[in-house]
Amino acid sequence: MTVADVAFYCFSTVTVAAGLMMTVSRNPVHSVLWLILAFLSSAGLFVLLGAEFVAMLLIIVYVGAVAVLFLFVVMMLDIDFAELKGEMAKYMPLALLVGVVILIQIGLGIGAWVEADGKMGLRAAVAPDAAQVENTRALGLLIYDKYIYLFQASGLILLVAMIGAIVLTLRHRSGLKRQDILQQMYRDPAKAMELVDVKPGQGL
Amino acid sequence: MDLMLREYLPVVILLALAIGLGLVLILAAAVLAVRNPDPEKVSAYECGFNAFDDARMKFDVRFYLVSILFIIFDLEVAFLFPWAVAFGEISMVGFWSMMVFLGVLTIGFAYEWKKGALEWA
Repeated sequence: MTVADVAFYCFSTVTVAAGLMMTVSRNPVHSVLWLILAFLSSAGLFVLLGAEFVAMLLIIVYVGAVAVLFLFVVMMLDIDFAELKGEMAKYMPLALLVGVVILIQIGLGIGAWVEADGKMGLRAAVAPDAAQVENTRALGLLIYDKYIYLFQASGLILLVAMIGAIVLTLRHRSGLKRQDILQQMYRDPAKAMELVDVKPGQGL
Repeated sequence: MDLMLREYLPVVILLALAIGLGLVLILAAAVLAVRNPDPEKVSAYECGFNAFDDARMKFDVRFYLVSILFIIFDLEVAFLFPWAVAFGEISMVGFWSMMVFLGVLTIGFAYEWKKGALEWA
């Protein structure tokens, strides 16, 4: 067993164990933390595959941003999780169905990867040779050119997400004093201030 | 493969040290520290008052808005990385597709600026 094999088994064991702990742990905040561990160790698996860019993206985007969002959602919803647990049996068949569908999809994907006719040619056609081009550059050559429609679609999805989040959550409370910088800069001291000559003992 | 793994050796060493140090500190607290709990010591402490309610409180939804806007621009920057690395070899189509992508997101940025989503109050 080489070093890479040992590292692979370590990372994959941690990934599977963290995924399991994420599903079974009682405290939803702990679940999110286990999920973060699963993300980190799958980033290690990506590094072992030679896909450094995807690994770093997993850490930056998923650990740095999505996990924080999950924590917000878990904290914000304020659900009684004990009550939800009681209803779990009701949704069990649906959950099992979804699980079986995902399992079949993974099986089909792996089967096609292993068994397809001319698989070597198909694999080589997707991406340039890994030994020749490093993977970030290879991605750069593919995404913006060959997969331009998917790339533009992802841009539009981000736009929709941005506008949707603003429309759904932005409430401007009225009656608040806000800073208006332009108004501050155009303020004229001659108009804003009045000098009054007060005689002693009289007041205004 | 071996060369790549050797490049990651410092990371692995750092990771092992961090995990080891964390374990040592936790175990030392469990093994060495004197433990003599009583109900007052282990009860929740909130600035001298008894705890008012659960620590899990509802957040303002505006925190969520800030973090989702952060994720969107995070992803935009993530798309810029491979483009920048491959910039020398990229075709004109690739260049302009990124410009269109940035333009689309700039529309969103202008919208959120105009709506005041970046202002806190």
